[in-house]
Amino acid sequence: MARGPHDLGGRPAGPIDLAEHERSLFEQRVDAMVKLLTHPTRGHFTVDALRRAIESLSEAQYRELGYYERWLVAIRRLVVECGLVTDAEIGERLARGASAAPPR
Amino acid sequence: MTPIFRPGDRVRVRALEPATHCRTPGYLRGRRGVVTRVLGTYPDPGPLAYHRRDPVRLPLYTVDFDYAAVWGRDDPGVRLAADLYQTWLEYDPVPTDAA
Repeated sequence: MARGPHDLGGRPAGPIDLAEHERSLFEQRVDAMVKLLTHPTRGHFTVDALRRAIESLSEAQYRELGYYERWLVAIRRLVVECGLVTDAEIGERLARGASAAPPR
Repeated sequence: MTPIFRPGDRVRVRALEPATHCRTPGYLRGRRGVVTRVLGTYPDPGPLAYHRRDPVRLPLYTVDFDYAAVWGRDDPGVRLAADLYQTWLEYDPVPTDAA
């Protein structure tokens, strides 16, 4: 099996941006979700599963998504895998929009 | 799983091509190194990545590699080491001159 898109050691991958940056609200929220979902007793999957889901991205997706965007794509896959939500529920929630009130 | 390696042991990273999640970088496959630290045992990350509970615990080692041998160029002062699970390592003693 070919090396996954994450397995970059020794492969050309362009320059590394070493600039420090403060995390955006989006990034902090994704980080919070990962901490909750991978909690040792109250969580639903491990960081190993998170890595596996990220490593399952295509080369193009891995290259085009940012670090926390890859985490979010992985979370979306894993919460469905674990039976926490369905794809249909995610789709319906996105269709209602970010400002919609939560369902009663 | 019983730990079999000790610091100072020469090992070789197995050139496996797993179909599942693993923690061994591709660039180290087939490389020779020396065990420098025994880190204890940890649940196998492969099954953990697929929601298995309580997978077998594997011994984990820090293995040091020769930077120049891996990358084909020298970089003095740089240490190349990786933490690798026992299932990825095989004993690779230094060959002697015996026939």
